[in-house]
Amino acid sequence: MVRIRDLALSHRLFASTYRWRVIREVPAARLRRPLASCRVALVSSAGLVAPGDEPFDEGVRGGDFSYRLIGSDVDVQTLTEHHRSDAFDHSGIDRDRNLGLPLERLCELERAGHIGSVAPRHVSLMGSITAPGRLVRHTLPRIADDLIADDVDVALMVPV
Amino acid sequence: MPEITRRIRPPRALAVPYPLGFPLGRPGDPDGQLAVLRAALALLERMDVPVLEEIAEP
Repeated sequence: MVRIRDLALSHRLFASTYRWRVIREVPAARLRRPLASCRVALVSSAGLVAPGDEPFDEGVRGGDFSYRLIGSDVDVQTLTEHHRSDAFDHSGIDRDRNLGLPLERLCELERAGHIGSVAPRHVSLMGSITAPGRLVRHTLPRIADDLIADDVDVALMVPV
Repeated sequence: MPEITRRIRPPRALAVPYPLGFPLGRPGDPDGQLAVLRAALALLERMDVPVLEEIAEP
Protein backbone atom coordinates (compact mmCIF):
# COMPACT_ATOMS: atom_id res chain seq x y z
CA MET A 1 0.00 0.00 0.00
CA VAL A 2 1.51 3.30 -1.07
CA ARG A 3 1.95 5.99 1.56
CA ILE A 4 2.94 9.59 0.97
CA ARG A 5 6.29 8.83 2.60
CA ASP A 6 7.01 6.31 -0.20
CA LEU A 7 6.98 8.99 -2.90
CA ALA A 8 9.93 10.86 -4.34
CA LEU A 9 10.64 14.10 -2.47
CA SER A 10 9.05 16.43 -5.01
CA HIS A 11 5.85 14.38 -5.09
CA ARG A 12 5.87 13.97 -1.32
CA LEU A 13 6.02 17.74 -0.93
CA PHE A 14 3.22 18.20 -3.45
CA ALA A 15 0.97 15.58 -1.85
CA SER A 16 1.56 17.06 1.61
CA THR A 17 0.86 20.67 0.67
CA TYR A 18 -1.74 20.45 -2.12
CA ARG A 19 -5.21 21.66 -1.17
CA TRP A 20 -7.20 18.51 -1.85
CA ARG A 21 -10.88 18.94 -2.64
CA VAL A 22 -12.98 17.55 0.20
CA ILE A 23 -16.41 16.01 -0.23
CA ARG A 24 -18.24 17.42 2.76
CA GLU A 25 -21.67 15.82 2.36
CA VAL A 26 -20.81 12.37 1.12
CA PRO A 27 -23.48 11.00 -1.25
CA ALA A 28 -24.49 7.37 -0.89
CA ALA A 29 -26.35 6.02 -3.89
CA ARG A 30 -28.10 2.77 -3.12
CA LEU A 31 -28.16 -0.12 -5.57
CA ARG A 32 -31.64 -0.31 -7.03
CA ARG A 33 -31.19 -3.89 -8.24
CA PRO A 34 -28.81 -6.75 -7.48
CA LEU A 35 -25.28 -6.32 -8.81
CA ALA A 36 -25.88 -9.37 -11.01
CA SER A 37 -28.49 -7.28 -12.83
CA CYS A 38 -26.50 -4.05 -13.00
CA ARG A 39 -24.85 -2.43 -15.99
CA VAL A 40 -21.33 -1.35 -15.08
CA ALA A 41 -19.16 1.31 -16.71
CA LEU A 42 -15.52 2.08 -16.03
CA VAL A 43 -14.24 5.59 -15.37
CA SER A 44 -10.46 5.62 -15.66
CA SER A 45 -7.93 8.39 -15.12
CA ALA A 46 -5.12 6.50 -16.86
CA GLY A 47 -5.18 8.82 -19.87
CA LEU A 48 -5.98 6.02 -22.31
CA VAL A 49 -7.14 6.87 -25.82
CA ALA A 50 -8.59 4.62 -28.52
CA PRO A 51 -6.93 4.41 -31.95
CA GLY A 52 -7.80 7.42 -34.05
CA ASP A 53 -8.98 9.55 -31.12
CA GLU A 54 -7.29 12.78 -30.16
CA PRO A 55 -4.60 12.35 -27.48
CA PHE A 56 -4.83 14.17 -24.17
CA ASP A 57 -2.83 17.39 -24.14
CA GLU A 58 -0.06 17.26 -21.53
CA GLY A 59 0.52 20.97 -22.01
CA VAL A 60 -2.84 22.17 -20.66
CA ARG A 61 -2.15 24.25 -17.57
CA GLY A 62 -3.80 22.60 -14.58
CA GLY A 63 -4.40 19.39 -16.52
CA ASP A 64 -6.44 18.43 -19.59
CA PHE A 65 -10.02 18.21 -18.33
CA SER A 66 -11.47 16.66 -21.47
CA TYR A 67 -12.64 13.07 -21.64
CA ARG A 68 -12.90 10.28 -24.15
CA LEU A 69 -15.50 7.58 -24.53
CA ILE A 70 -14.09 4.14 -25.24
CA GLY A 71 -16.34 1.49 -26.74
CA SER A 72 -16.62 -1.82 -24.95
CA ASP A 73 -15.63 -3.68 -28.11
CA VAL A 74 -12.17 -2.11 -28.30
CA ASP A 75 -9.04 -4.26 -28.08
CA VAL A 76 -7.63 -2.75 -24.87
CA GLN A 77 -4.05 -3.33 -25.90
CA THR A 78 -4.54 -0.92 -28.83
CA LEU A 79 -5.23 1.94 -26.40
CA THR A 80 -2.41 4.46 -26.05
CA GLU A 81 -1.53 6.15 -22.77
CA HIS A 82 -1.20 9.92 -22.48
CA HIS A 83 -0.89 10.43 -18.72
CA ARG A 84 1.51 13.28 -17.97
CA SER A 85 2.54 12.31 -14.44
CA ASP A 86 6.01 11.02 -13.60
CA ALA A 87 4.90 10.05 -10.08
CA PHE A 88 4.27 6.46 -11.00
CA ASP A 89 5.73 3.58 -12.97
CA HIS A 90 3.91 3.40 -16.33
CA SER A 91 5.34 0.00 -17.27
CA GLY A 92 2.46 -1.98 -15.77
CA ILE A 93 -0.20 -0.27 -17.87
CA ASP A 94 2.14 -0.41 -20.86
CA ARG A 95 2.27 -4.20 -20.55
CA ASP A 96 -1.38 -4.70 -19.68
CA ARG A 97 -3.90 -1.94 -20.38
CA ASN A 98 -6.37 -3.71 -18.11
CA LEU A 99 -4.49 -2.13 -15.21
CA GLY A 100 -5.80 1.24 -16.40
CA LEU A 101 -9.08 0.15 -17.99
CA PRO A 102 -9.99 -3.41 -16.90
CA LEU A 103 -12.42 -3.95 -19.75
CA GLU A 104 -11.48 -7.59 -20.34
CA ARG A 105 -11.94 -8.29 -16.64
CA LEU A 106 -15.34 -6.59 -16.68
CA CYS A 107 -16.41 -8.77 -19.60
CA GLU A 108 -15.31 -11.82 -17.62
CA LEU A 109 -17.42 -10.70 -14.68
CA GLU A 110 -20.38 -10.39 -17.02
CA ARG A 111 -19.85 -13.89 -18.42
CA ALA A 112 -19.61 -15.23 -14.87
CA GLY A 113 -22.91 -13.57 -13.97
CA HIS A 114 -21.28 -11.39 -11.32
CA ILE A 115 -22.53 -8.24 -13.02
CA GLY A 116 -25.53 -7.84 -15.31
CA SER A 117 -23.84 -6.24 -18.28
CA VAL A 118 -20.87 -4.22 -19.47
CA ALA A 119 -21.77 -0.67 -20.51
CA PRO A 120 -21.34 0.08 -24.23
CA ARG A 121 -19.05 3.06 -23.49
CA HIS A 122 -16.45 3.73 -20.82
CA VAL A 123 -14.90 6.97 -19.70
CA SER A 124 -11.26 7.90 -19.99
CA LEU A 125 -9.76 10.93 -18.30
CA MET A 126 -6.19 12.07 -17.91
CA GLY A 127 -5.24 12.06 -14.27
CA SER A 128 -2.94 14.53 -12.57
CA ILE A 129 -5.47 17.35 -12.93
CA THR A 130 -4.16 19.81 -10.38
CA ALA A 131 -6.81 22.46 -11.16
CA PRO A 132 -10.03 20.39 -11.08
CA GLY A 133 -12.55 23.26 -11.15
CA ARG A 134 -13.15 23.03 -14.89
CA LEU A 135 -13.37 19.24 -14.67
CA VAL A 136 -16.05 19.51 -12.00
CA ARG A 137 -18.06 22.28 -13.67
CA HIS A 138 -17.84 21.30 -17.32
CA THR A 139 -16.75 17.69 -17.73
CA LEU A 140 -18.36 15.69 -14.96
CA PRO A 141 -21.96 16.71 -15.79
CA ARG A 142 -21.41 15.63 -19.41
CA ILE A 143 -19.96 12.31 -18.28
CA ALA A 144 -22.96 11.77 -16.02
CA ASP A 145 -25.32 12.50 -18.92
CA ASP A 146 -23.52 9.98 -21.13
CA LEU A 147 -23.64 7.26 -18.46
CA ILE A 148 -27.32 7.94 -17.82
CA ALA A 149 -28.02 7.77 -21.56
CA ASP A 150 -26.38 4.32 -21.57
CA ASP A 151 -28.53 3.13 -18.62
CA VAL A 152 -25.49 2.60 -16.44
CA ASP A 153 -26.21 1.52 -12.85
CA VAL A 154 -22.66 1.46 -11.51
CA ALA A 155 -19.65 3.60 -12.40
CA LEU A 156 -16.41 2.01 -11.21
CA MET A 157 -13.51 4.43 -10.96
CA VAL A 158 -10.00 3.27 -11.69
CA PRO A 159 -7.74 6.03 -10.34
CA VAL A 160 -4.27 6.32 -11.84
CA MET B 1 -2.99 6.53 -1.07
CA PRO B 2 -5.05 6.12 2.11
CA GLU B 3 -3.96 9.41 3.71
CA ILE B 4 -5.19 11.38 0.70
CA THR B 5 -8.36 9.32 0.26
CA ARG B 6 -9.34 9.94 3.89
CA ARG B 7 -9.02 13.68 3.32
CA ILE B 8 -11.07 13.72 0.11
CA ARG B 9 -13.84 11.38 1.42
CA PRO B 10 -15.16 9.62 -1.69
CA PRO B 11 -18.22 7.52 -0.80
CA ARG B 12 -16.60 4.13 -1.35
CA ALA B 13 -12.92 3.45 -1.96
CA LEU B 14 -10.66 0.43 -1.98
CA ALA B 15 -7.00 0.67 -0.95
CA VAL B 16 -4.84 -1.88 -2.75
CA PRO B 17 -1.41 -3.26 -1.79
CA TYR B 18 0.25 -2.28 -5.07
CA PRO B 19 2.52 0.54 -6.24
CA LEU B 20 1.18 3.62 -7.97
CA GLY B 21 0.38 2.81 -11.58
CA PHE B 22 -0.75 -0.71 -10.66
CA PRO B 23 -4.28 -0.12 -9.30
CA LEU B 24 -5.49 -3.57 -10.34
CA GLY B 25 -2.35 -5.42 -9.33
CA ARG B 26 0.06 -7.24 -11.60
CA PRO B 27 0.05 -7.03 -15.40
CA GLY B 28 -1.02 -10.29 -17.00
CA ASP B 29 -2.62 -11.56 -13.77
CA PRO B 30 -6.36 -11.83 -14.55
CA ASP B 31 -7.20 -13.66 -11.32
CA GLY B 32 -5.54 -11.01 -9.19
CA GLN B 33 -7.20 -8.21 -11.15
CA LEU B 34 -10.60 -9.89 -10.82
CA ALA B 35 -10.12 -10.16 -7.05
CA VAL B 36 -9.57 -6.39 -6.88
CA LEU B 37 -12.65 -5.70 -9.00
CA ARG B 38 -14.84 -8.02 -6.95
CA ALA B 39 -13.69 -6.36 -3.72
CA ALA B 40 -14.39 -2.90 -5.15
CA LEU B 41 -17.86 -3.88 -6.38
CA ALA B 42 -18.65 -5.43 -2.99
CA LEU B 43 -18.39 -1.94 -1.49
CA LEU B 44 -21.65 -1.04 -3.21
CA GLU B 45 -23.47 -2.79 -0.36
CA ARG B 46 -21.99 -0.32 2.14
CA MET B 47 -24.17 2.63 3.04
CA ASP B 48 -22.07 3.81 6.02
CA VAL B 49 -20.11 6.17 3.77
CA PRO B 50 -17.40 7.31 3.48
CA VAL B 51 -15.88 3.86 3.37
CA LEU B 52 -12.21 3.07 2.80
CA GLU B 53 -11.45 -0.64 2.83
CA GLU B 54 -8.04 -2.20 2.47
CA ILE B 55 -7.46 -5.52 0.76
CA ALA B 56 -4.48 -7.78 1.28
CA GLU B 57 -2.34 -9.10 -1.54
CA PRO B 58 -3.79 -12.47 -2.60
